[in-house]
Amino acid sequence: MKLLRLAPENTKFGFMRFRRVSYPLSAFLSIVAVVMFFTVGMNFGIDFAGGTQVELRAKSGVADLAAIRAKGDGLGLGPVEAQRLGAQSDVMLRVKVQSGGETGEQTAIAKLREAFSDAYEFRSVDAVGPRVSGELVQSGTLGVVVAILCVLAYLWFRFEWQFAVGAIIGTMHDLLLTVGFFSITQLEFNLTSIAAILTIVGYSLNETVVVLDRIREVMRKYKRLSTAEIVDMSVNAVLPRTIMTATTVFLALLALFFLGGDVIRSFSAAMIWGIFVATYSSIFICSPMLIYLGVRADAVDRSGESEAATTAKAKV
Amino acid sequence: MFRLAPWKVASILALVFCAALLLVPSFLAPATVAAIQARLPSFVPVRPITLGLDLQGGAHILMEVDTPSVVKTQVETLRDDVRAKMREGKISISGGIAMQPRGVVVRIADSAERARALPLLQSLNQPVGGALTGATGRSLDVSDTGDGAIQLQLTDVAINEKIRRAVTQSIEVLNRRLNGAGTKETNVQQQGADRILIEVPGLQDTTKVKELLGATAKLEFRLVGDPGDPPSEVEQLPQVQGGGTIPVQKQVMVAGEDLVDAQPSFDSRTGEPDVNFRFNLRGGQRFGQVTSENVGRLFAIVLDGKVISAPRILGPITGGSGQITGNFTVEQADNLAVLLRAGALPAKLTVVEERTVGPGLGQDSIEAGKRAAYVGGALVVVYMLTTYGIFGVFADIALAVHILFIFASMALLGATLTLPGIAGIVFTIGMAVDSNVLIYERIREEAHLGRTVISSLDAGFKRAFATIIDSNVTMFVAAVILYLFGSGPVRGFAISLGLGILTSVITAVTMTRMMIALWYRNRRPSVLPI
Repeated sequence: MKLLRLAPENTKFGFMRFRRVSYPLSAFLSIVAVVMFFTVGMNFGIDFAGGTQVELRAKSGVADLAAIRAKGDGLGLGPVEAQRLGAQSDVMLRVKVQSGGETGEQTAIAKLREAFSDAYEFRSVDAVGPRVSGELVQSGTLGVVVAILCVLAYLWFRFEWQFAVGAIIGTMHDLLLTVGFFSITQLEFNLTSIAAILTIVGYSLNETVVVLDRIREVMRKYKRLSTAEIVDMSVNAVLPRTIMTATTVFLALLALFFLGGDVIRSFSAAMIWGIFVATYSSIFICSPMLIYLGVRADAVDRSGESEAATTAKAKV
Repeated sequence: MFRLAPWKVASILALVFCAALLLVPSFLAPATVAAIQARLPSFVPVRPITLGLDLQGGAHILMEVDTPSVVKTQVETLRDDVRAKMREGKISISGGIAMQPRGVVVRIADSAERARALPLLQSLNQPVGGALTGATGRSLDVSDTGDGAIQLQLTDVAINEKIRRAVTQSIEVLNRRLNGAGTKETNVQQQGADRILIEVPGLQDTTKVKELLGATAKLEFRLVGDPGDPPSEVEQLPQVQGGGTIPVQKQVMVAGEDLVDAQPSFDSRTGEPDVNFRFNLRGGQRFGQVTSENVGRLFAIVLDGKVISAPRILGPITGGSGQITGNFTVEQADNLAVLLRAGALPAKLTVVEERTVGPGLGQDSIEAGKRAAYVGGALVVVYMLTTYGIFGVFADIALAVHILFIFASMALLGATLTLPGIAGIVFTIGMAVDSNVLIYERIREEAHLGRTVISSLDAGFKRAFATIIDSNVTMFVAAVILYLFGSGPVRGFAISLGLGILTSVITAVTMTRMMIALWYRNRRPSVLPI
């Protein structure tokens, strides 16, 4: 049987030469992401912005968006956003956070039910008060920061500090570009988006660690080579695996994006973007960073000795 | 080199068998599961996988204890205590007792009396907290302000303790109310310092449940004010029927705490729905005493600061029971009886978050999740097959066991499957083969270096192992953090991601190794098929 190979074998690409292109490119994209974040901003869902969101399905026929908007605006809840969801009969209504303190959302739900429950089935109702949404923002941000710090500590413990710094710069890069992605596409940013971001952080580090692991190994073996040569050699060696894994994950996410339903579509979209960015950054951002940070073979070697000692012990 | 102990094979197979057994209850009807549970000892984990509210449909309501109202009640109690103490010590309060946001100020002009009042007021200062709560301290800060007044301030410890108790009491009351109203399988639990999460599977319209949960249900029997009463002892309260207000004495004759039972029934004369109640001994005696002293006067039945009805006392009511009429519908009478039986909430609760999913949407989400999982899984399986041939088959078998293990460990841990949880599983399907890919690619590399088949296999597994651990630890850390900081369905994602990483490492390393060893022993290949 002839087996399929997506990645060419025994490649000798000079990846490190691309850093003169990839660094300015990534710097530019990161700046665009930051600028977009502060000017256009994110399309925060009610998890973070607060407010009320209901999903309606017409009991018969097609949902009349214009009529829903007209009726909704007359409820005195501020502007009512209405948008069609997939099927012609399904509509998502969204009302901004109400001014009447924590009970405002409750009034909004009651009014919406009164206005629409005759002709529409309420498929879901979400109401988040201003205080809860504020806390969700806080814990979400804190979660991302703590995750990065924990992983940084682990990498520092397992590798040289230069490796950890390289990995963190790569992760920050992926984080920025994902935020930029949400800002440009205006995909709703909600609790599952935080899950997507943390998973992207995890995936990005996973990719980076595989490359760094190989760099460390090659560095011990070929002490004479320059860092650039070592990094190039390692990236080429793990390239088939990188492409293979990115493809399997991409296939799974593709199924999730097209078939997983509306609720997790923005999650899947962000993850797909994240896989690409993470794969790119592990090769073109993190690895070349080692050249600038000046990691040296003898530094790696010391930890290598102790590892060799443990393997020797295990063999006895 | 590539040894394979029979006991290892046996234990792996046993593990797979156990995992399959753990999942059996998830495919049975709930009644069958209950029957099996009844016959087996309780430590045997016969549990179906629980579906989250986003999949089975239901309501999630987050309520918060209203801290300002807790503090206000406490300040009022403090004011009453101070007044009682001053009366007890026969000290005249010249400037009255002024209420502050977190305490009271007593003005006593005479310095000798003030000196006498200080130790009396100090006696109100009680130790609070205990070994269980950690924080201990006094309930009050009592100080002489220096300008003819004594200030009593509630301490933070006292207020936090009060809120903590309000939350635990509220949980009990809410549980009683929900059970009393016949709501099934509800889950009421504390969240954070001052919040209570209520989950009701299957519920769609939350309006009624919120009415049931939100009512403070503070019931009081008081006398209706007479023109002769001093104005400071009477307040105007709104009337439920007919609108308007009615003057009611501030002093409470009997309070809801003294009720032992309340049942909905029908008035024997008019046939209207009413609520029959019974007092405990203390309440019965007090009610008997007050009614016999006040025959001919009106008394008010006050619920949450509103007068439900104000009947005339026709004669002493000494039986310790009575009924409340108020033009109720049957449902209102039912609800009121439930609320009275369950007792009053110690504080006002406000809904700060509410999420409801109808059964239709939940079912659609399950279908969509299943479809994505099947298609995603099939794509990965086929891709692995076409890339690695027979080794791809091994990886795919390991993948199947990985999925089996995820669900089995969810059943074992009693974890909840949510829609993001399904997404997490689909994602780990893509991620799980990564360990296999790392191993296989390494084996290929070693073979290209000119090693024999067996030594390439051996070196491939050995060298890839460190990488597999390092790369998966980072992912696992992300999952743990997500679990700790996430909420609701997102936690479901964190659970399936975390479990998926663990099981994928186990299956990829042990299962694949076993299969390849068996394959090698039978075939003795001279060339690697990848």
